Amino acid sequence: MHDVTIIGAGIIGTFIARELSKYQLNVLLLDKENDVSKGATRANSAIVHGGYDAKPGTLMAKFNALGNPMFDKVCKELGVLFERIGSLVLAFDNEDMKTINELFQQGIENRIPGMDILLGSEIRRMEPNISRKVIGGLYSKTAGIIGPWELAIALTENAVDNGVKLSLNTEVRDIECIGNKHRLITNKGMIDTKYVINCAGVYADKINDMVSNDIFSITPRRGEYYVLDKGTGGDFINKVLFQCPTKLGKGVLLTPTVHGNMLIGPNAEDLEDKTATETTYEGLEFVKKVSNKSSDNIPYSKNIRTFAGLRAQPSTGDFIIGEAKDAKGFINVAGIKSPGLSSSPAIAKYIVELLDHIFDGLKMKEDFNPIRKKPIIFMELNDDEKKELIKKDSSYGRIICRCEMITEGEIVEAIRRNPGATTVDGIKRRVRPGAGRCQGGFCGPRVVEILARELDEEPEKILKDMKGSNILIENTKNNNLAYEEV
Amino acid sequence: MIEYDIAVIGGGPAGLAAAIESKKNGINNVLVIERDRELGGILQQCIHNGFGLHEFNEELTGPEYAHRFIKELKKMRIDYKIDTMVLNIDVDKNIKAINTEDGFMEIKCKAIILAMGCRERTRDALAIPGSRPVGILTAGTAQRYINMEGYMVGKKVFILGSGDIGLIMARRLTLEGAEVLGVAEIMSYSGGLTRNIVQCLDDYNIPLFLNHTIINIEGKDRVKGVWVAKVDDNRKPIKGTEKFYECDTLLLSVGLIPENELSKDIGINIDNKTQGPIVNEAMETSIPGIFACGNVVHVHDLVDYVTEESRRAGKFAAKYAKGLIDDSGNIIKTEADSGIRYIVPQKLRIKNIDKSLRLFMRVSDIYKNAKLIVRANEEIIVDKKERQLNPAEMIMIDIDVEKIPFNTRTITVKVIGEGK
Repeated sequence: MHDVTIIGAGIIGTFIARELSKYQLNVLLLDKENDVSKGATRANSAIVHGGYDAKPGTLMAKFNALGNPMFDKVCKELGVLFERIGSLVLAFDNEDMKTINELFQQGIENRIPGMDILLGSEIRRMEPNISRKVIGGLYSKTAGIIGPWELAIALTENAVDNGVKLSLNTEVRDIECIGNKHRLITNKGMIDTKYVINCAGVYADKINDMVSNDIFSITPRRGEYYVLDKGTGGDFINKVLFQCPTKLGKGVLLTPTVHGNMLIGPNAEDLEDKTATETTYEGLEFVKKVSNKSSDNIPYSKNIRTFAGLRAQPSTGDFIIGEAKDAKGFINVAGIKSPGLSSSPAIAKYIVELLDHIFDGLKMKEDFNPIRKKPIIFMELNDDEKKELIKKDSSYGRIICRCEMITEGEIVEAIRRNPGATTVDGIKRRVRPGAGRCQGGFCGPRVVEILARELDEEPEKILKDMKGSNILIENTKNNNLAYEEV
Repeated sequence: MIEYDIAVIGGGPAGLAAAIESKKNGINNVLVIERDRELGGILQQCIHNGFGLHEFNEELTGPEYAHRFIKELKKMRIDYKIDTMVLNIDVDKNIKAINTEDGFMEIKCKAIILAMGCRERTRDALAIPGSRPVGILTAGTAQRYINMEGYMVGKKVFILGSGDIGLIMARRLTLEGAEVLGVAEIMSYSGGLTRNIVQCLDDYNIPLFLNHTIINIEGKDRVKGVWVAKVDDNRKPIKGTEKFYECDTLLLSVGLIPENELSKDIGINIDNKTQGPIVNEAMETSIPGIFACGNVVHVHDLVDYVTEESRRAGKFAAKYAKGLIDDSGNIIKTEADSGIRYIVPQKLRIKNIDKSLRLFMRVSDIYKNAKLIVRANEEIIVDKKERQLNPAEMIMIDIDVEKIPFNTRTITVKVIGEGK
């Protein structure tokens, strides 16, 4: 029997798993997908917010303020890119400046450090490419950027290294309460556990329904984005640029990514379908139009990708965190919309405190290792290091992805880690082949080949992403009916 | 540190011809660096015929065309390294490259020839809305899977864009047993050669929908179908014309982009129109001693012209390596006037041109009963009649050096004719 079972391996589930792996507990992390971080975690703005934006008194305000300062340490331990580049809320008129003042006051109430109200000229010095119509704005020094799925993968690896069990492709279909324990009915059989933590993202309401009568609903709120080629983020713009929220909407943001791309979006559209991650003509046009308010010459010709993600919008308007009133041992961490990523380290810490209280004191593991061995990034090495590495392992001497300059060695390592990549997109999320300007046109066939070799599978079995997404249909030779008929 | 007089980056048709030509011009120490597993570049996956009509007066397949040059390269004992990636180059002509056998290499050269070719424009560059399932590929990637790796990528296919690779793949997929439902082209004319429309679509009853584009893609795991709509004069979809095509694969043949990351990294000036380096009559880029040729400079229609242009780069790189280039005298700019999209080369140094110089260009629209007019300053030096000019086909104009007036600063080309 497991002490704690976490449903959902997004940023929240993986963060909680990693925190719990510090203690003498038998922890199981489940996800219905074939990899971790496949929901909202892989498609969002990838920002650690300063924390002035959330209404004082809400859980969002509390956990964002607590979470933001925690990123430096965890990212260092796990070898994950995180940069505190700061953010700006841009004001375009006096009405906006009023809002800027309110946001600043709200930030003071939320105890956010490093804020400042700046003049248009000061902002233009930081960001020469912004619109001339910007008259001022709110600067937040502590805001940062991060790769959310990279963090979730790193958290999982470290959790697994420290004893957490991971079970992918495991969908919870029902939950029974039997005395002091819970029995999860899954597609892979029954799982008995003392405690359940519901981190199921947009499906958290369905999981809650299985146990509790204290119902809430989670609406998938779709946001669409553009990704521009490397050389735009940190070049065209340097900071996270928000637009001042108005009666007409929250505006869209422009931000560099940790890999030097530029991300633009999102819009917001409430949907019913919890799988509706397709982009739309209207959505993308809206993002483009609204973004042009921040800068007149956004280099959209460098667009290399568009995508859509679903935020888990809770019916309560705030994060839903805590033990269900009518279901002892069932803990919801639901409705984790923005600033969910920013809040994730603090939420995980809070859940540990909650369990510490419930278990009447958790015991630390003596051999907990907080360090995850950072994957080698070939292009970040200096010439001598490159020379030595190829001498040691010649697979680092072969570039597979020429846009992002990823070597075969890095791809093989991504497959051999635990949890290792098993799909083409799984490799892309870990080490980025296919994330560049050719979008896998050149490296795709080579990545399929390496996956097939490493996993000892036929190439036709290799998936792009989800079940059923086989890239190759069949051998061309088998396709020649004419020969068979003769 | 390895030393070569000339290093050629890319072992496709451009790199092969340039390397051979530089050796023929007296450079013994030439190296070809190729990132793929074999020489020949994209020609190796083009197993259809139609290559070499100008160069050899016969119709060869891509691999056959490549093989003729590979054979010559080997016979001339020109060094080459395959499976080798150039990480960067610098203005002093030093190259850093890696492979699994030699490891990390530093190569010092007197001249470098860039011949990296081009890549395909993607679905994402066009921001086509919809889901992102498996089954959306560029035509060239599909071509590689089918012709080189031996795998089928789909059974029921729709193609967006009428570029040559897309047309070729429409036929190829049909021959492999797939059903090709149609080709949509957003423009009012095809982006591919007429002979490919006839031989790859018409002969197989595959419809070509001009003025049409894809407005949505459906399917969660695999493509389930695409929505195709007619577009207006501004290339915006017209409401009410949407039609759904059930298919499992969408191929894209929507343009090629010269692959100039190495060039941009060291600050070589790029032409916004061609997206390749600005070059002079010697195919030399804005950095002295760094030459460029083939699809990395501008996307060609026929490989034969790539070969021709690359010989020019090879010849002048050899001259440069020997210190024989005359850099004195004024520089003439070539400028695309009305109806012309671009001209290569963009700059000319008359002293380096023997008798005549060939200008490569493309028109920006279809013209009938047209006239190409070349002016040096204001003086007309060429006046050439053409029955039809098509953006899909490259135009070549040979200019007699003696006809260029002494004080010429700009040579312009324009087209006059009936629009479509």
